[in-house]
Amino acid sequence: MLELAIKGGKKYYGWMTLLMVIVGIGFLLYLRQLDFGLGITGLSRDVSWGFYIANFTFLVGVAAGGVMVVLPYYLHDYKAFGKVTILGEFLAIASVVMCVTFILVDLGQPSRVLNVFLYPTPNSVLFWDTVVLNGYLFLNIIIGWNVLEAERNGVHYQKWLKPLIYISIPWAVSIHTVTAYLYCGLPGRGFWMTAILAPRFLSSAFAAGPALLILCCLIIRRVSNFDPGREQIQSLAKIVAYAICINVFFFLCEVFVAFYSNIPEHMDHIKYLFVGLHGHGAYVPWMWASMVFMLIGIILTVNPITRKNEGVLAVACVLIFLGTWIDKGLGMIAGGFTPSPLHEINEYIPSLPEIGIALGVWAMGFLVMTALFKIAVSVKEEIRA
Amino acid sequence: MDSSRRRILQLLGVSALALTTRPVFNAFAKEEVAAEAESVIKAGAKSLKAKQWAMVIDTRKFKSEADLEPLIEACHKIHNVPRLQNKRHEIKWIWGVHYHNAFPGKAAQFLAEKVEQRPFLVLCNHCENPPCVRACPTKATFKRESDGIVFMDFHRCIGCRFCMAACPFGARSFNFRDPRPFIAETNKEFPTRMKGVVEKCNFCAERLALGQLPACVEISKGALAFGDLYNPKSDVRKLIRTNYTIRRKQTLGTEPSVYYIV
Repeated sequence: MLELAIKGGKKYYGWMTLLMVIVGIGFLLYLRQLDFGLGITGLSRDVSWGFYIANFTFLVGVAAGGVMVVLPYYLHDYKAFGKVTILGEFLAIASVVMCVTFILVDLGQPSRVLNVFLYPTPNSVLFWDTVVLNGYLFLNIIIGWNVLEAERNGVHYQKWLKPLIYISIPWAVSIHTVTAYLYCGLPGRGFWMTAILAPRFLSSAFAAGPALLILCCLIIRRVSNFDPGREQIQSLAKIVAYAICINVFFFLCEVFVAFYSNIPEHMDHIKYLFVGLHGHGAYVPWMWASMVFMLIGIILTVNPITRKNEGVLAVACVLIFLGTWIDKGLGMIAGGFTPSPLHEINEYIPSLPEIGIALGVWAMGFLVMTALFKIAVSVKEEIRA
Repeated sequence: MDSSRRRILQLLGVSALALTTRPVFNAFAKEEVAAEAESVIKAGAKSLKAKQWAMVIDTRKFKSEADLEPLIEACHKIHNVPRLQNKRHEIKWIWGVHYHNAFPGKAAQFLAEKVEQRPFLVLCNHCENPPCVRACPTKATFKRESDGIVFMDFHRCIGCRFCMAACPFGARSFNFRDPRPFIAETNKEFPTRMKGVVEKCNFCAERLALGQLPACVEISKGALAFGDLYNPKSDVRKLIRTNYTIRRKQTLGTEPSVYYIV
C-alpha cells in the first residue's frame, strides 16, 4: 500500500515539498542546537522545560484523542465511524511520532537516549511514558495497517487483531494519564500538584484530537473523491462539544480550589498566568485568548444551529485546537515553573531557533500524517470505484 | 534448484561465522570481567564514614553576602563550576539567597531585622527521600546507600531535566552549553562536565573519601558543621540538640539533611 503515498497530483507534491522544506530548516536549526547545546533555546535554570515539552504534552493528547473514533466503532458498534476509524488511528501514529521527536530534541544528550532501556527504572514516570508511547505507536501501526489492507482486499481483518484493538482503547487513556503523572507527582510544584491533572489532560485531548480530525475530514472531502460523511463529522463535533465543556469545567474547579483555599503556593501560578505576578505577565494575553477561544468553541459546538453549519464548525475546531494548545501546552509548562521553587520569577520566552525546531517537528508530523491519510483515502477511493 | 543450493551455502557460511565468532567474543567478555573484578574501589583508610551525612548552617554567623563569598568560591573552584555571564545558563552548587527565597511560605510579613538582612546559604539537601532520584529515568542520579549522598553520574545523564522539575529546592543546574571555556582554572582532581548534563552539590564526596570535610565547611570557621545524622555524638547532632533548627520545605516529606540555626 505504501506506493499509494508517492502517487499524487501536483497539489499533493507541492504540499509535501513545502513540509519537507520546513522539516529541512528545522533540522538545520537542530544541528546548531546539537553543536551549541540547549542554550540556543529560551530555557533557563528556573524554567528547565519549555516549548518542546509543551508541544509534546499537547500532542500526546491529540494522539489519545484518536481513540474517540475507535471506541464508538469497536465497542458500541457505531457503524458510521467505520469510515473514519482509520483516520483516527493514522492521526495517532503521526502524533506519537511528533511526541517522540519532541522528547528527543529536548534531551541534552540525545545520543544517550537508549540509557532509558539499558538501565530501566520503574520508579521513574518518564520510563513508563517511553513504554506506553512506543506501545501505542506500534499498536496503531499494526491495527491501522492491517485493517486497511483487509479493507482493500475486500476481506474481514484478521481475528488476532481484535484483542489488540480492545487493548488499544485503554492504552490511549494510559498514554495521557502517564504523561500527566510526569507533572502531578512532583512535590513543590503547586500548579501541577492536582489529582485532576490527568482527567484535565484527557478532556482537552478528547476535544483537540477530534477537532483536528474534523478539520482533516473537511479537507479530505475537498481534495479527494472520498467523503468521510456528514453524520461522522457531526458525531465527532458532539464529542468535541462535550469534551471542551468538561475541560473548561475542570479548569474552573482548579481555580475554585486554589482561590477559595487561598493557599499562595497554588494561587501564584494561576495569578502569574492570568493577571501577572510581581510585574511579570508575558502569558497574560495568551491565557485570556485561550479562555476566549475555548468559550467561543463551546458556544459554537453546543448550539446545534452553528454546529450543523460545517463552515462555522471548522472555525470552532480551529479555535478549540488553538485554545487547548495554549492551555495545556504553553501555559501548563511555563506556568508550572513560574514562580520557581525559591519563589523567584525568571520568565521564559521561547527563542526563534527553538520555535523553528518545533515547527520542523510539526511539519514532520504533518508529512507523516499526509502520507498516511493519502494511503487511506486512495484505498477508500479504490473500493468505491 | 541452483538458487536453493546457493541459499544453503550462504546459510552454512553464516553459521560457520557465528560459531567461530562466539568463542572470540567470549574471550573478550572474560577479560572484561577479570578487569572489572580488580578495579573494585576500596574505601581509603582515612575516609570518613556516616549513615547519612548532614549539615548544620549557623546563619547567625553570616552578616552579608560577602561572608558567604569565600565558601561559594572554594566550592565552585575545586568542582570546576563555570562562571557564565548569561543568567539563564547559570550553574551553581551553593549560593546565597534571602530568607523569603530560602523559606518561602515560612516568611512572615514582619520579620526580625537581623533575619531580614542575613543571607542564607542554599545547596542540595541530600534528602533522605529524594524526589529527583525517584524521577530520573536512567539512575544517573542516585542515593549512595553507604552514606546517603545524592550523586550525579555525568556520563549516564541523558539531560532530560526531569530531576530539575522534581527538586523542590532548585538545587540542580543544567549545562546549557559547553562549560569548559568558562572555568578560570581547571582543577585536574575533579571532572569537568560536558554540555547537556545536570549537576549539583555532591557534599564533597571526593574529599570525604580522603578524610577531609567538605570545602565549604572547612573554610567556614565553624559556621557550618558536618557529620553523621544518625550518630548521637556527631557535631551536627550536638548542634541540633542544643539549638532550634529548621529545614527547607519540611512539609514535603523529602527529609532534607541540611539544618539551619536562625
